Formats: sequence, structure tokens, C-alpha cells
Amino acid sequence: MLRIDPDTTGRGPRTTAVRRGTAGWALLGSELKVLFRRSRTWAMLLALAAIPVLIAVVVKIASSGPDPGEGPPFLDRVSQNGLFAAVTGLVVSIPLFLPLTVGVVAGDTIAGEAGLGTLRYLLAAPAGRLRLLAVKYAGAAVFCLAATVSVVAAGIGIGAALFPVGPVTLLSGDTITPGESLLRLLLVAGYVSVSLLGLSAVGLFISTLTVVPVGAMAATVVLSIVAQVLDSLPQLEWLHPWLFSHYWLGFADLLRQPVEWGSFVDNALLQAGYLAVFGALAYARFARKDILT
Amino acid sequence: MTAGAPTAGLAIETRGLTKRFGRQTAVDGISLAVPRGSVFGFLGPNGSGKTTTIRMLLGLARATGGRIRVLGQDMPHSWQDVLPRVGALVEGPAFYPFLSGTANLQRLDAADGRAPSSTRSARAGEALERVGLTHAAGKKVRAYSLGMKQRLGIAGALMLPRELLVLDEPTNGLDPQGTREVRSLVRSLAAGGTTVFVSSHLLAEVEQICTHAAVMSAGRLVAQGSLDELRAAGRRQVRIQTPDGDAARRVLLDLGLAPEPGPGNGAPVTAPLDYHLAPERIVAALVAADVRVRGFSVEATSLEERFVALTGEGFDVAH
Repeated sequence: MLRIDPDTTGRGPRTTAVRRGTAGWALLGSELKVLFRRSRTWAMLLALAAIPVLIAVVVKIASSGPDPGEGPPFLDRVSQNGLFAAVTGLVVSIPLFLPLTVGVVAGDTIAGEAGLGTLRYLLAAPAGRLRLLAVKYAGAAVFCLAATVSVVAAGIGIGAALFPVGPVTLLSGDTITPGESLLRLLLVAGYVSVSLLGLSAVGLFISTLTVVPVGAMAATVVLSIVAQVLDSLPQLEWLHPWLFSHYWLGFADLLRQPVEWGSFVDNALLQAGYLAVFGALAYARFARKDILT
Repeated sequence: MTAGAPTAGLAIETRGLTKRFGRQTAVDGISLAVPRGSVFGFLGPNGSGKTTTIRMLLGLARATGGRIRVLGQDMPHSWQDVLPRVGALVEGPAFYPFLSGTANLQRLDAADGRAPSSTRSARAGEALERVGLTHAAGKKVRAYSLGMKQRLGIAGALMLPRELLVLDEPTNGLDPQGTREVRSLVRSLAAGGTTVFVSSHLLAEVEQICTHAAVMSAGRLVAQGSLDELRAAGRRQVRIQTPDGDAARRVLLDLGLAPEPGPGNGAPVTAPLDYHLAPERIVAALVAADVRVRGFSVEATSLEERFVALTGEGFDVAH
């Protein structure tokens, strides 16, 4: 039954003027709640976490360890030091699994709301088109971090459970303590998260072009693969430094002593460039778009 | 009124509002005037451009031409000032199916940067109570019926006190009881001073709750005004039950009316009635002429007849 209560039906400019907002952060909080209350998000994070677990279990039950240089990088080290399960997990996830999940989240940002019809209510609330885009992108960025962290955390967990954990020999030959190597792993996770920000911006832009979220997701994932294919063609060497995927596997510099920050900075600058260009394109498109769903 | 001078008494005002999609004109130069404090029925068959108009009023779609003022300010230019004062239900409810009713309302409320966070959950609870959804507050919207979603949509529009409510087909999917409840809710909101703009293709609804109405047909505004004005623009007719049909027709002709040529005596005699002639004079004249009057009535055209006359198609989808 609808309750009729004349006291709360009041209105008027005075009531409106008294309203004080706590501004923008509420929408970001709400965006993260929506993202992480979705079972799809957790399914993707669990699938990512399963990758290092799978690797570690296979290495554990195999009678003889892989020879150095066989299989994905660092695979031969997993049985000597469990922490390498995390690194191997990342190396395996970077080309496909991470871009796949990031493509799903970034492609869904605007198109998903449009497909549900909730976009019109958010904008009529009013969320503001620029604010909504920014919040949506921030949500995708948080997901990039969550995705990377779930691979690394699961890798550390399963590695520590199945294998010894000890001092780690870096690529430069220096040895660091397990505590310091955890810090290095966090650094690598940060690097990989940052390197997915450009793809997220591309996904955000594509998401403003359609009301079919699956289309935007697929297009984003396909672009991530195309970028990697182009990056592998030597004839296009001039193009390579401009591809958002160019530095994806370049975190080896973070595993040297002292840390070489060059590739971290190059990567961050490249991703910032993608964010600037595709963020501007997304805004240009979204600001003028008729919301008809 | 010159362009640029606002009309203080209007909650919604459009001038020559036009929306074209490619070569198709969805809304064709309409000039709406919705007085503040009114319950305004926005009528028209499905596909006549009502929802497109509402989308432009709310800044969701860009007008191809014309001007829009909502609550005295230009839209979409002043959306930041206007939209927080407007509650809206646009083309049916839309929610996140994996969130509960309460969580959906809170999400929408968080989208409004001016809505206070501290009272958010209390306001969501009140809004749910007002539409009778308290029992389903924690249920995922996926499990809601269409009628429940419709109620939740209305609750969303009521999360804050509003100066204007735009309700697009608010009773869609509701059972008769729910329809009655929405009607009384609209009345109570209007009593509190809120302007309510209700679109509908169901006339009965508009006729019962609205003070004003506008009628759309194929993208054009074909009528607008208070409900009495709209009815008055239609015809009234007298209807006389008498065995002396021919004599009655002669009397009506003498009074300056134009009775429908009848089949002779026996059938009822009808004639269009203009407003200058008081019906009691007709009765007096008939009695004076010894016509045996067994029944006499003045029939106003129903809004429905007006609607069909204006749109030429009743409830069919416009082509």
C-alpha cells in the first residue's frame, strides 16, 4: 500500500537550498559497491587467482621439475622458492587473462549502464556526464589493481603452502630477503596494474559508442590482442613504443638491484597518454550522446 | 512573450521543441506550458513522441531545435540546478538486478552529488515505505515483479522532496489496486505543492487525476489546456427520448439547433448544443409544443472521444 503523508510531500526552493551534499565521493563508493557486489566480478577474480594455483599444483605433482628455460619464464624457480608462483602467474596472465577481465569491466562501464537502462536514471539524478565518466574509469582502475593483486596474492599463498620460501636471487644476481621480495612483488603488481590503465581508457571510450555491453567488451579484448600482435611484428618497430601493450612484460627491471625505474616511468607515461587521448575521446562522445535506452 | 523572458508560473515551458532522428521527426515543434502546481497529463498514443519529449526535458537527449525551460531555468544548460529538484520515472523502471531494492535506491541517490549521504538509508527506507515495498526492501530486484519494479521506480523519484515530478507511464504493469494507489499518491504529492507531469496513453487515468493536459499525435501537440478547456472544446449534445420525434425536431430547429435527421418518431432525437442555449429552455419549449418528453439529457463529450477525435487513432500505435 502506498502511504500518503502530506508532511513529507513538501517541496519548494527553500527545502532544496538547505540540502547539502557530501559531494563526489559517494558516487565512487557506490560504483565500487556495484562492481564488487556483482558475482561476475568475483568470478573473474577467482579465475585469475586460479592461474598461479594451477601452475604451482602442476609443478608440485610433476615428478621432475622443468629444466631452466622450459615453459613460461620463472617456472623452473617455483619449486625452489614459492614466491615465484606469483611472478609466473603474472607472466602467464598478462597476455590474455588480465586484458580479458579488464576488457569486460572497462567495456561494461557505460554500455552496461545503458543496456540496463540505469544510465538514464544516473544522468537524471543528476550524476553529471563528466563525473560519471571519471567515476566509471576510477572503478575500472580499481579493478585493474584488484585483478593483479588477486594473481599475486594467490601466487604467494599457494607458493608458500607448497614450496619453501627463502631468500630470492634477483636477475642482477643479488639476493634479497623474503620480506623484501614481498615488497618487490607489490611493486610488480603496481607496475602491471598501471600498464592496464591504457587499455581501460580504450575500453571506456568504446563503451560510450554502444549500448550493447558485450560488443564493447569484445572490441576491447580484441584490441588488446591486436596490439600485442603488432608489437611482435619487427616490420612495425617504429610503432612498438606507442602500443599500450608494449611494456606489459617489462617488469623485469623491477627485479634488479638497485631497481631500474626507467621502464616503470616509460610505461606510466605511455598509459597516461592513452588515458588523456581516449579519456578525451570518451568525453567528447559521451557529452553529446543522446541517451535513448 | 519574447524569447528569453521566463514565465514565472510555469514548471515546464518549451518553444518549438523539435527532435529529429535522421529523416524521421519524432517531436515536431511543440510548445508546452505546464503551470506550477498542476497535475499535467501528457497524452498520446504509443509512439507519438511523449517519451522523446521527456528525455529532452531531462537533458538526456539533445533537442534538434527549440528551447526548454524547466523550473524557470534553461535545459540542458542549467542541469546542475534543475535536475536535483526534479524526480523522474522515464520509460519504465530500470535497476541493477543483482542489487536489493534498498541498494538500488541508494545507488541512484549517490549519483546526485547534492543528496546528503548521512540520511541516505533513512530516506531509502521512507521512500520504500511510501510505495509499500518495505517487505521487499532487502530482496534482489531480479526477484521483483513488474509492478514492484514500477513502485521502486516511483520510490526513486521520491527519495528527496521535489518541485517537479516527471512520471512516464507510472501505472504500467500495476494491477487495479496499484493503479489506485499511484493515483492517490499523485494527488497527495500535488496537494503538497509538487507539480506532477504524468505521461500516459490511458485516458481514464489522466481524466481522474489531472488538472491540465496536453495531447500529442504523431510528434505534434494537438491540444493543450485545463481539463475543462479541453472538454469544452468538444461538443455537447442534447438527447431527447420522445415518441413525437418529428415535433421535437421542429422545436429544436425553431430554437436554432440542428437536430440530426432521425428515422421519424420513436427513436431518440439528438442535436449538437452550443453553450449559449440553456438546456432548461429547450425542455420548456418542448413542453409548450406538447411534445411528450420521456427523457432529456445533455451529454458532454468525454475526454476519450476528444482524444480519439484529436489523434484520429485512439489507442493504436502511431505510424
